[in-house]
Amino acid sequence: MTQNPYLWLIPALPLAGAAINGFLGRRSSKNAVTTIALVFPGLAFALALWIAAQFSSSAAPYGFNLAHWIRAGSFTADFAFYLDQLSLVMLLVVTGVGFLIHVYSVGYMWDDPGYYRFFSYLNLFMFFMLTLVLANNYLLMFIGWEGVGLASYLLIGFWFTKDSAASAGKKAFIVNRIGDFGFLIGLFLIIQHFHSLNFTEVFDKIRPIAPETTGAGLLTTIGILLMVGACGKSAQIPLYVWLPDAMEGPTPVSALIHAATMVTAGVYMVARSHVIFERAPIALTVVAIIGTLTAFFAATIGIAQTDIKRVLAYSTVSQLGYMFMACGVGAFSAGIFHLMTHAFFKGLLFLAAGSVIHAVGGEQDMRKMGGLATYIPWTALTMGIATLAIAGIWPFAGFWSKDEILWKAYQTNWVYWLIGLVTAFITSFYMFRLFFMTFLGDYRGIQVDKHGQSHAAHGHDAHGHGEPHESPMVMLVPLMILAVLSLVGGLVGINDGFDHFLAPVFSSGAAAEGAGETASHGLEMLFMVVSVLVAVFGAGLAWVLYVSRPYLPQKIADSLGGFYEAVLNKYYVDELYAKLFVKPLVDGSTRILWQGVDRKVIDDSINDAADGARHVSDEVRHMQSGNLRSYAGWIAAGAAVVVAYMIWLGVGR
Amino acid sequence: MVPLSYYLVLSGILFACGVTGFLIKRNIITIFMSIELMLNGVNLSFVAFAAHWHALAGQVFVFFVMVVAAAEAAVGLAIIIAVYRNRETLNVDRVNLLKL
Repeated sequence: MTQNPYLWLIPALPLAGAAINGFLGRRSSKNAVTTIALVFPGLAFALALWIAAQFSSSAAPYGFNLAHWIRAGSFTADFAFYLDQLSLVMLLVVTGVGFLIHVYSVGYMWDDPGYYRFFSYLNLFMFFMLTLVLANNYLLMFIGWEGVGLASYLLIGFWFTKDSAASAGKKAFIVNRIGDFGFLIGLFLIIQHFHSLNFTEVFDKIRPIAPETTGAGLLTTIGILLMVGACGKSAQIPLYVWLPDAMEGPTPVSALIHAATMVTAGVYMVARSHVIFERAPIALTVVAIIGTLTAFFAATIGIAQTDIKRVLAYSTVSQLGYMFMACGVGAFSAGIFHLMTHAFFKGLLFLAAGSVIHAVGGEQDMRKMGGLATYIPWTALTMGIATLAIAGIWPFAGFWSKDEILWKAYQTNWVYWLIGLVTAFITSFYMFRLFFMTFLGDYRGIQVDKHGQSHAAHGHDAHGHGEPHESPMVMLVPLMILAVLSLVGGLVGINDGFDHFLAPVFSSGAAAEGAGETASHGLEMLFMVVSVLVAVFGAGLAWVLYVSRPYLPQKIADSLGGFYEAVLNKYYVDELYAKLFVKPLVDGSTRILWQGVDRKVIDDSINDAADGARHVSDEVRHMQSGNLRSYAGWIAAGAAVVVAYMIWLGVGR
Repeated sequence: MVPLSYYLVLSGILFACGVTGFLIKRNIITIFMSIELMLNGVNLSFVAFAAHWHALAGQVFVFFVMVVAAAEAAVGLAIIIAVYRNRETLNVDRVNLLKL
């Protein structure tokens, strides 16, 4: 392992930015806040690029031990960082896309009174995510893990005066806590059996172990517990419910949480723990099944949503399902590949959606948009590229990664492939539905101002009403950069280039990878053609339903009746959870824990103790008469008792 | 040679007188003198034991007690004067402002 003393600076820089803005931002000018908020993550990105440039020549992982942390017996956990090909990809995605989102936020949040607070949180988010990615042991990773949970809570609930935002923040935090519980138990098991949390040490001890083919052994248990943690963070069934609600946060937050950071943490963790998973086939199968189901399930919900951000939220859940599916079939590098391309196009989609919302004055309902392509051509263009990318149209980024996953999935089990393909169709459909509803047709929004009013009058006003207007350059430039990345980002995957880059990390195991190399190239080409056709078909269907015959969707919805209602209401999962878990929990804690334990046991026992003490002292205080001679009497009597004791009962012995 | 027990009995009597005086008298000066009596009763037993065991420590200790008693007397008399000026009485039963 090569020592690299600059590694710790990458997370430290955003932390410094967060601290400066957090403590001093209230009193500094907006320009100063902007400078600090952009310079520190920007420096981190530059540093990451610099390290990446050195790294590609030497393939040995970098490490750096910043400080001792916990040393208990033989167990150690340090503030130590570790950089291999896997964390390098994550590092570049987090700093790069994260930085672009920072730039974009300058435009988007300019008029918000909490401007400095927003950037402080945003930098904090970057810090925790980078800690998570660069950690060399599970414990430090867990700090980052919890930290992004905290930062997401702060950011989702950023507009905390709005009730729905505050509760969405809480929901994200609590649902994540459920997953963390599994993660923690998994870590305890690792400590118990391998006496370390250091990645290299743990994996070195696990490598000699043979895969647990029959039944569920230790590694399977650990794997499933880790997966529970990943399910929380990466919004998989059954813990995905927090993610759509997280749309209550400002749009750049949605982009940051859903594209560059946070939700990818679960996928990263599973990929990082690939040594464990490769030796626990049952855990892997569970990951694959959950991923596949989530991908399909979330995609179907996405069809009926009318809120532009919610469609994107469900598409995020669905795409994360793809990544899990990839990890589940042992194609970790494909999962990470999709993670990267997804970061590009999903970041772009959210930022473009933010630009749309900005343009129409805060409206998020797609039924009140339409025809925006003429008003905001740049946003429309970039969003179109992102839509093509997520739909998996050749040669956009999403095509390469999604196809890789489907191909690998087919080699494991054709059922995964089939569901994945259907999901790809649905994805293409609802994404083009979003695009067509937003940008084509006639504008259906309400226009407050007269058309005659000059464009400059509302200028950069974030939520100015009136005619939809294009966003300022500071928002458009990140969009364009991300659009280019969505266009070409997938090309690194040609000829398994990405696979080979990550090979030093993933090659260690007896994975399913490489098995497919024997399969014919012709079949793979066929698969590519099929998935592109499916995507085009989805797009075509969306065109028919939402552009050429816009009266049809309502008819279809009416004919489906109850089923459509169910999809529109997200299959009533939230209501189900509320009935099954939240209400019993609230009732139980109200009745048993609050009124039973807290009030009856704890409060009463303490009050009784206090009352008792008062009664006793009421009696005893009469001894304090203030009469000197009575005190002297007490002393003399006490002395007499002591003397008597010593004479008749003896001293000691 | 007077036996040790004589001294001890005398010491005990002196101490008991002191305690009794301390308990039954109301005049602060008398109480104060009773305390001195107790101290000197103890002093007597100290020197008696010291002479009996040929150990010097007891004698030394008596000097300490005397010095401390002298200091205490100085402070105590000052307090008594202060109390008298304030309350115009030396009756301890009427010096009970700290009573609950």
